[in-house]
Amino acid sequence: MAALLDTIDGQRTEAHRPWPRVVVRADGWRAAIEHLAAGQSTMLGLWGDTGAVHLALLDESSGDKAVVTLECPDGTFPSVAARYLPATRLERAVRDLYGLQPAGLPDTRPWLDLGFWGVTQPLGARREAPPTRAPYRFLPVEGENLHQIPVGPVHAGIIEPGHFRFTANGETVVRLEQRLGYVHKGIDGLMAGASIERAARQAGRTSGDSTVAYALAFAQAVEAALQMQVPPRAVYLRALMAELERLANHFGDIGAICNDASFAAMHAQCNVLRERTLRTADACFGHRLMMDCVVPGGVAQDLAPDGAGGLPTLLGEIRTLFPQLVELYDNTASLQDRTALTGILKPELARRFGAGGYVGRASGRGFDARRHPGYAPYDRLTFEVPVLEAGDVDARVWIRIREVEQSLSLLDQILQSLPGGGIRNAISPASGIREGVALVEGFRGDVLAWLRLDGDHVTRCHLRDPSWFQWPLLEAVIENNIVADFPLCNKSFNCSYSGHDL
Amino acid sequence: MRKILLQGLARPPLTEPPPRPDDAALAELAKSVNRAARRRLGRSLSIRQVDAGSCNGCELEIHALNNAFYDLERFGLRFVASPRHADVLLVTGPVTKNMREALERTYNATPDPKWVVAVGDCARNGGIFAESYAVVGGVDRVVPVDLHIGGCPPRPIDLLKGLLALLETVARS
Repeated sequence: MAALLDTIDGQRTEAHRPWPRVVVRADGWRAAIEHLAAGQSTMLGLWGDTGAVHLALLDESSGDKAVVTLECPDGTFPSVAARYLPATRLERAVRDLYGLQPAGLPDTRPWLDLGFWGVTQPLGARREAPPTRAPYRFLPVEGENLHQIPVGPVHAGIIEPGHFRFTANGETVVRLEQRLGYVHKGIDGLMAGASIERAARQAGRTSGDSTVAYALAFAQAVEAALQMQVPPRAVYLRALMAELERLANHFGDIGAICNDASFAAMHAQCNVLRERTLRTADACFGHRLMMDCVVPGGVAQDLAPDGAGGLPTLLGEIRTLFPQLVELYDNTASLQDRTALTGILKPELARRFGAGGYVGRASGRGFDARRHPGYAPYDRLTFEVPVLEAGDVDARVWIRIREVEQSLSLLDQILQSLPGGGIRNAISPASGIREGVALVEGFRGDVLAWLRLDGDHVTRCHLRDPSWFQWPLLEAVIENNIVADFPLCNKSFNCSYSGHDL
Repeated sequence: MRKILLQGLARPPLTEPPPRPDDAALAELAKSVNRAARRRLGRSLSIRQVDAGSCNGCELEIHALNNAFYDLERFGLRFVASPRHADVLLVTGPVTKNMREALERTYNATPDPKWVVAVGDCARNGGIFAESYAVVGGVDRVVPVDLHIGGCPPRPIDLLKGLLALLETVARS
C-alpha cells in the first residue's frame, strides 16, 4: 500500500491477510485521519477491540487497502469524526460497546445503547448501568412554523424498527434525524468465543436479506486467515447464489419503490419474479434465502439436479417479463413524476461517505467489490458496473434494473462454465492467532468482514453493513422534499436496520 | 400497461390452492383461544406485524404472503398499519432489550380480544441470539403467545398453514 502506508508509520502485524494491518502510534493514527479528511482514502470500517480501535481504509486511486490499529491504553483515541464526519456514528457505537472515548468526537450522544441493556460498555470493562435512563436529546431545530413528526420504532408496515424524527415546514421536510439501534442483538459479542461454524451461522443472520453476502464475507475472511483454498465448483456456486440473491432483492425493491408511489401493478408483477427466483433458489439449494449455504471452506450443498434444470427456465421467464416491466416503468409519466428529481444525493456526498451499492452508483461512485478488490469467479466473468450521476430515486431504480440485466448475464456465464469436482474443503484450524478480512458485494453494497481466530474459534469478529454509509445520506437526501416522498426515498435506499444495529 | 393487464386476464391466475391448516398449530391454539372471542370475530382477522429484533429474514417471507401465489387477503386476513386496528400481532425476532418496551406498548395498544403469533425460531426462544446481553429471549418472555410458527425463516406456506389454523380456530364457534 505504497501511497497510504508511506505516510503512516507503524508496525505490521504478522498473520493478517490478505491486506496488511499496521499498529500505529497516535501520530500514525492522525496521518490516517488526514488521509480521510483530504479525500485521499475512503473509510471501509471503524470498530473497537479490547483496548484498541481499528480503522479500515481504501485508497481509491491506487486501490490499496489496509487496517490501521491504535492501541488505547488510557481508553481514549483521537476522534476520526472530528476531521471526517462519516465516522461519527461508528465512533458513537465504539463508545457504547467498548467504552473507548474518541477525543474530539463532535456528537457524544449514545448510538446503539438506548439504555435498556442493564449494563454499559458490554464488550469493554462492563459496568452496571445507572438505574435511571438519561433522555435522548434530538438535535435542536429552530424556526417559525415548524412542526415535528415522530415515527417509529414500530412502523406502519412489514418493516424493521427504527425511529425517524421529521421536522417539517408545511409539507416540506427541513430535517430528518434518525435514531437506530432497536434491533441491536449484540452480534459482535456473541461471535467472540464462538466456534467458526456457529459464528458463520450468526454472520448469515446479521441481515437476512443479504444472508449469502454475509456468509460469503465471513467465509472469505476465515479462508484468508487460514490461507485456505476453496474448490473451484464451490467458488462458482457461491457466485450463483450471490446473483440469485441480488436478483430477488432487486425485484422486491423495484416493485416496492413503485408501490410507494401507489403503482401497485408493478409491485405485483415484480413480486411474481421475486417469488419465482426464491422458489428456484429453494429447488437448487434447499432454502429460499439460501441461509447457511455458503460455509467456510466452500458451500454446504451442491446444486440439486432438479434445481439446476429450473435455472434456465427462471432466466427465460425473467427475460420475457422483465423488459415489459421496464418499459412500463419508463413509459408511465405519473410514476416518473414521483421518482425523477426526488431525493437527490449529490455525488460529492456519496464519494465522501464511501456509499456503496445502488446508492453510490446512482450518484457517480462506481465502486463494486466484485470488481475491486475483486474475487473469484468474477475475475473470469464479463460484467459491467452501471453508474449514473443523477442521484435521484429514478436513478436508483435504473441502477437496479441494469444490475438485474447484468446478473442474468452472469448467471448464464456461471451455468456455462460451472466446473465439476468437490464443493467443500475441511477447515484445519491453525495454531495461534490468525486474522482475516474480506470485502464482498451484496445487493445493497459492500459488506466488510474482519475477524481474529484462535485455533478453531473466533475471538473477535466485526461485520460492517453497507447501510452504515447510506443511512446518514438518507437524512441529507430528504431535505426539501415533501413528507409524502419519504417512503419513496427510503425504499430507494432500502438500508438494513438489523445489519446496521448488529 | 394495457398489454400487461390484458395478458393477466388471458392467463390463469397464479394463486395456488390453500394448504391444510397446520395440525400442530391447531392443537396449540385449542388450548388458548376462547370461545366467546371467536364468536365476535367471524372469519376475518387484521394482522399487525411487529419486528422485535429479527434479522429481517422473517419479514421477507411474511411479505411474500401478499404476493400473487399466496394471496393472503383471499382468506380474510390482512395486514393493517396500526395495532389499534389489529386482532393479531405477528411478532418476529428474538426480542431485543431495545425493543421490549415498544413491543409491550404495541401489545397494550391492541384491543381485546387479540392473539399473538410468534414467527420464526428466534421468536420461540431467542434462537442463536439467546445468550446475548442485548436480547430478552423469545416473544413469550414479554407478551403472552398463542401460536408459534417455527422456521428460519418459516416458508410462506408454513406461515399460511399457521394463520389458517388460527382463522379456523377463531371461526369455529
